[in-house]
Amino acid sequence: MNLENRNDVSILLSGEAGQGLQTLERILLRLFALSGFHVFSYSEVMSRIRGGNNSTEIRISTEPVSSYVSRIDIFIPLGTGAMNRFHDRISGDTVIIGDHGNIDSSYHDGNHRVIVLPIRETAAAVGGALYANIITMGILAGIFNLDQSLVESVLRTSFTKSADDVKLKNQDASRRGLAMGVDLSQKGMINAPGRPSPGADEELLVNGAEAVGLGALAGGCNFISSYPMSPSTEVLVFFARHAEALGIIVEQAEDEICAVNMAIGSWYAGGRAMVTTSGGGFALMVEAISLAGALESPLVVHLGQRPGPATGLPTRTEQGDLLFALFSGHGEFPRAIFAPGSITECFHLSQRAFHMADKYQIPVIIMTDQYLIESYSSVPAFTVAPGMDENLIVVTGESYQRYAIMLNGVSPRGIPGHGKGIVCLDSDEHDEGGYITEDFTVRREMVDKRLRKFDFMEEDLLPPVLYGPDTYEILIVCWGSTLNCILEALAESDRPDVSILHFPQVYPLHPSAAALIGKARKKIIIENNATSQFSALVKMKTGIDFDRKILKYNGMPFMVEEIIDVINAV
Amino acid sequence: MATPFDFPNPIDIAWCPGCGNFGIIQALKKAVTELGLKRETLVLVSGIGQAAKTPHYVNASFFNGLHGRSLPAATAIKASNPLLTVIAESGDGCTYGEGGNHFLTAIRRNTDITNIVHNNMVYGLTKGQASPTSCRGFITPVQVAGVYLEPFNPVAVAIALKASFVARAFSGDVDRTAEIIKQAITHRGYALVDIFQPCVTFNKINTFKWYRDHTYYLDETYDPHDRDAAFKKSLESEKFPLGVLYISGETRTFEDNLTAYKTDPAPLYKRSLDKDALNRIMQSYKV
Repeated sequence: MNLENRNDVSILLSGEAGQGLQTLERILLRLFALSGFHVFSYSEVMSRIRGGNNSTEIRISTEPVSSYVSRIDIFIPLGTGAMNRFHDRISGDTVIIGDHGNIDSSYHDGNHRVIVLPIRETAAAVGGALYANIITMGILAGIFNLDQSLVESVLRTSFTKSADDVKLKNQDASRRGLAMGVDLSQKGMINAPGRPSPGADEELLVNGAEAVGLGALAGGCNFISSYPMSPSTEVLVFFARHAEALGIIVEQAEDEICAVNMAIGSWYAGGRAMVTTSGGGFALMVEAISLAGALESPLVVHLGQRPGPATGLPTRTEQGDLLFALFSGHGEFPRAIFAPGSITECFHLSQRAFHMADKYQIPVIIMTDQYLIESYSSVPAFTVAPGMDENLIVVTGESYQRYAIMLNGVSPRGIPGHGKGIVCLDSDEHDEGGYITEDFTVRREMVDKRLRKFDFMEEDLLPPVLYGPDTYEILIVCWGSTLNCILEALAESDRPDVSILHFPQVYPLHPSAAALIGKARKKIIIENNATSQFSALVKMKTGIDFDRKILKYNGMPFMVEEIIDVINAV
Repeated sequence: MATPFDFPNPIDIAWCPGCGNFGIIQALKKAVTELGLKRETLVLVSGIGQAAKTPHYVNASFFNGLHGRSLPAATAIKASNPLLTVIAESGDGCTYGEGGNHFLTAIRRNTDITNIVHNNMVYGLTKGQASPTSCRGFITPVQVAGVYLEPFNPVAVAIALKASFVARAFSGDVDRTAEIIKQAITHRGYALVDIFQPCVTFNKINTFKWYRDHTYYLDETYDPHDRDAAFKKSLESEKFPLGVLYISGETRTFEDNLTAYKTDPAPLYKRSLDKDALNRIMQSYKV
C-alpha cells in the first residue's frame, strides 16, 4: 500500500472503553504534530466506562486538516470485536494492521490488505497487555519514519507520573513497535507521506473545549459555575486547571439552576461570569436566561449540544438545540447567539461573547456540540483581540439609577461597593431605580428600552462568511460545527458554481443574510439535526425557503464524503 | 427610630397591616444601623414572595432575583466581592421549598453570608397554600383535607449539616431579633436566622399569640457549641426555643477556599486580566 503521494492519512483506532484509547490518541497527536504534520482527531465513544466499542479517527496531513472523513487508510483493531461497526467504512484500500485474533476472519478473503503483527505477544514480552498501545504508537511512528529520539521524548513528557519501571517498559515497547513499523516500510508493505509542513510544530494542539476556555479567558472571564454534563464539562475542567494562575473562581454548583443564578450574581458584583452546560442542563437554566433579560445582566452561556430529547445520546453530537436556545426564557428580551465553525472560531467567539454580553447587558449563548468540543486539531496560535476583557462598569454617584432610560437602551452599569450609589436589581418589572412597579407607562418604557438594544446591536453583528466566489449559482448554507467538513468537501469537488455561506452568529441575523442567500439560484442547507432548525430561523427572519435540506441526526457528525456526494448530486 | 436605611420620602409597602414582616424589617434596619454598616456596601438578596420584597423597603443595594434562588446569587455576590456585607432574605417557601437544594448546599459551602428566613408557615403571595413548614392538619384551599407532610425543620437540618451559625427568632420581639441578626452578621461564615412571623391574612392558626405561647428563649446557661445538645433543642416542638441554637466553630469560609483569593484579596472588579499569565497558558497548549 503506497500512501506516499497522499496529502493526508486517516487512521482509525478501535477498542473498548477502558483500554486507554484516549491516551493513545493524545500521544499520537503530539507525536505527529511535533514531527511537523497537521493533525486532527475525533473520538466517538459509547456512554459507558468499560467495554463496548469506541473509536478514534486521527488524520495526519501535510495540509491543515480539521474534519471527519469516512475513508479509513489504516485500521488498527485493538481488541476482538473492534471491527464490527466499521464494515462499511473499510475498503479494499484500507490497510488493516493488528493481532491475528483482533482481525475478523472475513477480511482474509484476498480482497483486503491485512498485515498481521504479534502486538499482544510483544506486549506480554514487554510486561503486560497495557503496552499494546505504546507498541501501536511505535508501529505508526515506524511507518511514517519518525525520529526515534522524538518518540522517546514524547513518551517521557507524556508519562511523567509513571513509575520508573513503567517508563522503561514504555520505551522498550515503543522501540519494538518502531522496529515493526520500519520493517513494514522497508519491505514496501506500507509507505506513508514524508513531507511535513514547516511551522506546523509551532501550532497549538487544542480541542474545542479548550479553545472555548482560552477565548473566555481572553474575554476576561474570572468566574465559572457549572454542573457536570457531557460534553460541556470539559470547559469547567479547563478552568479548574487554570484557576490559580489567573485568579478565577471555579465552582461546581449543586445544580444548573444554582450555576446560572450564581453567574448572574457574580456579574452584579463585578465579576465576568459564564456557565457551561448541555441541553438538559440548559433546560434547567432557562428561567434564569429570562432573569438576565429582566435584570439586563450580562451572562455568557456555553451550550455544548448533544442529541436529545431528554437524556438522548449522552456522548454523541447534534445541532438540535438552536431554536431552543433562541426561544429560551419567557418574555421578550434581546440576546445574541454565536455558533463557532472551527476551533479557532471557538476562541474568537468566546472572547467576543464576553464583550457583547457586557456592552449590551444581555445573555450571550455560544453554541458548540460534542463533535466540536472533543475534536482536536493543530491550529495557528490564537490572536487576542484588544478590549474584549474590559469591564464596562461605572463608578456610581449618590443618585445612581441602574435602569436610567437611554437612547440605545443600555444604562450605565454600576455595581455595589463601587461608588456612593446603591444598585438595585429586580426581576419584577421595575422603574429606573430598579424598584418594583406596576405602572403601565413605565412598563412600556422599560420594554422599549430593552428591545431598542436590538437596533443598536446591529453595528456589532457578525456577518455570515462567504467561502467561494460571489458569483455562485448554488449556495450551501450552514452554521456552527459543520463548516470545515463542508469546506473540505467543496475543495475536493470541482464546482466553481457552488459557494458556502457560514453563520458564526446565528442570532440576531446580520442584515446581509437575506440578500446573500436570496441571490442563489439553488439554496441548500446542511444541518446536523432532523428538522432543519436554522432554515426555520432564516425563513422566519427573511421569508426565504431552501430548495434542499441535508440533515443528519444519527448522533454522528457529517463526514466529508457525505457532503461531496451532496455537491456532486446538484 | 430613624436609620440611614430609611428612605427620605414615604414609600408604598405591599404588606398587610399587622404583618409580621414589619417587625423583621425593623429589626433588620436596627441591626445594620447599630453595626454601623454602610448603605453602599450592604447588599440584600431575595427571591420571590412577600418576604422577598423586604429589600425594596430598605435603602441599600439589592438583588431581587428568582423564586428560590436567593442563596446562589448571594453566594456569588459575596464570592465576587468579599468586601460587601451580603444578606439573603426570603420566605420559608422560597428558601426551604423552591430553593431547598440551595439551602442544603449553602450550609455546606459556608459562604460568609447571613440568611434571614421569614417563617410564617404559609404561602402569602400566592394566597394561603401550605408551605414546607406548615403544621400537619393545616387546612388551605389546596390542602383541603389538611397538610399531611411532616413539617420541614430548618434548624434541625442546619445543625445536622454542621451549619456554622443557626438561630431562631420571633418577629414580635424586635429588639431581641435585632440582637440575633447582629450576631449572625458579625459571625464569619454562613449564618441562618429563621424568624417566626405571623401571616395575619392567610394563617389563622399560627398567630402572634400562638407564637408567644409556643416559644421560649434559651437562657445564658445554654452552650451553642455543643452540637448534640443543639440538635436535641432543635427537635423540640411543643415550645420552640429562640436564640442562637448552634455555632459550629468552623473557621474556613467558601471564600477562604477559593484560590482566587490565595494571594490577592482584591474583589474581582478591581482586577484586570493578567495578559502574561494568559500568554503562558496559551503557550502550554503548543504542540
